[in-house]
Amino acid sequence: MLEIKNLHARVADEGTEILRGVNLTIEAGEVAAIMGPNGSGKSTLSYILAGREDYEVTEGDILYNGESVLEMDPAERAAAGLFLAFQYPLEIPGVATMTFLKTALNAQRKARGEAELTTPDFMRKVKASAEELKIAPDMLKRPLNVGFSGGEKKRAEILQMALLEPKLCIMDETDSGLDIDALKIVSDGVNALRSEERAFLVITHYQRLLDYIVPDTVHVLYKGRIIKTGDKNLALQLENEGYAQIVDEAA
Amino acid sequence: MRKRHPVPGLLIPVSMETDMPAVQETIDRVRKIDVDQYKYGFETLIEMDVAPKGLNEDIIRLISTKKNEPQWMLDWRLKAFERWKTMESPDWARLDYPPIDFQDIHYYAAPKSMSGPASLDEVDPEILRTYEKLGIPLKEQEILAGVRKADEPSEFDDNSDTPPAEGSYSGRVAVDAVFDSVSVATTFKKELQKAGVIFMPISEAIREHPELVQKYLGSVVPISDNFFATMNSAVFTDGSFVYVPKGVRCPMELSTYFRINERNTGQFERTLIIADEGSYVSYLEGCTAPQRDENQLHAAVVELVALGDAEIKYSTVQNWYPGDKDGKGGIYNFVTKRGDCRGANSRISWTQVETGSAITWKYPSCILRGDNSRGEFYSIAVSNGRQQIDSGTKMIHLGKNTSSRIISKGISAGNSSNTYRGQVSAHRKASNARNFTQCDSLLIGEECGAHTVPYIESKNATAQFEHEATTSKISEDQLFYCMQRGIPEEEAVALIVNGFVKDVIQQLPMEFAVEAQKLIGISLEGSVG
Ligand SMILES: Nc1ncnc2c1ncn2[C@@H]1O[C@H](COP(=O)(O)OP(=O)(O)OP(=O)(O)O)[C@@H](O)[C@H]1O
Ligand SMILES: [Mg+2]
Repeated sequence: MLEIKNLHARVADEGTEILRGVNLTIEAGEVAAIMGPNGSGKSTLSYILAGREDYEVTEGDILYNGESVLEMDPAERAAAGLFLAFQYPLEIPGVATMTFLKTALNAQRKARGEAELTTPDFMRKVKASAEELKIAPDMLKRPLNVGFSGGEKKRAEILQMALLEPKLCIMDETDSGLDIDALKIVSDGVNALRSEERAFLVITHYQRLLDYIVPDTVHVLYKGRIIKTGDKNLALQLENEGYAQIVDEAA
Repeated sequence: MRKRHPVPGLLIPVSMETDMPAVQETIDRVRKIDVDQYKYGFETLIEMDVAPKGLNEDIIRLISTKKNEPQWMLDWRLKAFERWKTMESPDWARLDYPPIDFQDIHYYAAPKSMSGPASLDEVDPEILRTYEKLGIPLKEQEILAGVRKADEPSEFDDNSDTPPAEGSYSGRVAVDAVFDSVSVATTFKKELQKAGVIFMPISEAIREHPELVQKYLGSVVPISDNFFATMNSAVFTDGSFVYVPKGVRCPMELSTYFRINERNTGQFERTLIIADEGSYVSYLEGCTAPQRDENQLHAAVVELVALGDAEIKYSTVQNWYPGDKDGKGGIYNFVTKRGDCRGANSRISWTQVETGSAITWKYPSCILRGDNSRGEFYSIAVSNGRQQIDSGTKMIHLGKNTSSRIISKGISAGNSSNTYRGQVSAHRKASNARNFTQCDSLLIGEECGAHTVPYIESKNATAQFEHEATTSKISEDQLFYCMQRGIPEEEAVALIVNGFVKDVIQQLPMEFAVEAQKLIGISLEGSVG
């Protein structure tokens, strides 16, 4: 589903190279975890996959279902089924969460040539998803992410993901900021979305999340490169030993 | 009087351009920003009566004659003209434009005869949908679309004269359309008459209700008020007149639609609204003008009088042609709007959505004369391209326990300049005067400017004035976030901007809130990327 080939990227306006040849393939139905020390380029990779213009791809390619997405803008990529749950979700003052969700969903449907959802159908859908994630209906009336607690923001991201039904879900440190119960609720939500056609790229620092969302593959990103790939046991090994040994091996 | 025959290239689709009351058309206009595309289904060449260019006594006499005015009105105009000759165009606003040659403008233009489509079947369905949205019945639509005149019989006449059921009024709008210098149609006349509400072109009111006009005209904005108001007093051609009698709640939204059509023609409308004791009226004006390379002058005066316990809500959706992206053409909008809360417990609220005009000079104000009276000003001012806006309000607290509230949202994009200029003052006797002002600016891009110029003045120690101001930018992060969710860039800007202006949009009559939101989005098209 996703093929990242020798991806090199730098900060567009000042030239610092952040990704230095990332290779990664994710199949439909797969859950891939990316781990790696702070500053290794995990969030940057997620932004570049989503089409953020602050970064310039200097080499390599990103293929989504066999086609390069480099020429697509973020909205087009979203409509094609790519979703990014942000490490730091943005606040949109004055725009009710409900309004935002509806605008996003209908924009995607429109881009795909599908009919817009009627308001009652939409409401039904949101309410069901919100209930599963234990999000109070009142929160949906508030401006998106404004005054939401850290954990509420993360939950709202997963609500959006559930609603938009993307094909490729990238989750950047969704676990950070969640309390123990919320982590369980969010993980259940994600697991419910797991399917043959859907792939996940889960960025995290902690095994805790991977206890709930069990990955098929684990990749270690270090200084802009994948230096090691393994199965779920690799995450356990990192939890026990830290990154030092793997970094040494790769050097 | 020089007779103008159909001018090649000047196609005036009478039925369409004269009569649209609402905002949909203005939206379409902005969308079809190319002149060549600005062609509706019906193009009827019409003969125009156009007075020669220039402002002088003869022109004023001619206007007065054309309007069949009584002598007192002509005298009033001439007095204003004498005064105007001694005045100079104000230069204190943050506006930059070449000097206007006031002798190079036509001060009167009117269609010689109105010939429109034969039936509603011939009218653009898009326009009919807008009428429908406004709840205007077919009979009234015919008048607006130019199919028939108000006093001609309608094919929808059922000859029963049963008044509509109580409570069925909501969502309906009576519309007056002003086309260049004349009012072409007023709908719902009979029904308003039953309630005792007078809603007619001011030119008619001068003839039919001289006692009311004489009593109130110029009583809020005096003849000598300012350069543009004085000029308007001399040459105003039409506009709306509203009188709501004691204790009457006006049974429907009133609306006037203004349009400048004729080339090199100024529009100088005059609106006078009087809410007698304990009455209520909500009024909405909309405006558009075709795209022209040359600048056109619009200098209107609006006077509101609220007597004891009365309330007036005045909303404007202004979308005059703003000029092209290089600043060529566009309307110069110099407007004086003032409301007088004359009686105790009276209330006036101004809501404006300003997206058009090359130059906007406009400060809808409230004189809080009656004790416990209240004034409100809610404004959204959007500038893009080379537009320049200097707008705001004045709240003059004269009576005891008067209160006022100002919410101003300025959005600047492109190379535009957007200034909020506001004055809040409490006079000696205005004990316990209260004002709250919130003034927010949103910048899109790097080339625009936003400025806030508040004047606060208090001569009473018990007055309490609060002022809050913020300036923010739409961040790249926010845009990326919205786009990641599938919202295209321009829609994302519109969404964020609509969030920013929400407090003000909520003040608009419901029918127009959605249209205003769309209009704001469209005005900002091309402001990013
Ligand atoms: N726009 C930018 N300008 C300059 N430096 C940047 C920019 N974006 C990212 N970087 C740098 O690139 C490196 C990778 O950052 P990134 O946020 O991708 O790390 P990360 O792996 O997500 O870290 P963490 O685990 O702390 O979230 C960091 O050193 C960061 O400072
Ligand atoms: Mg990160």
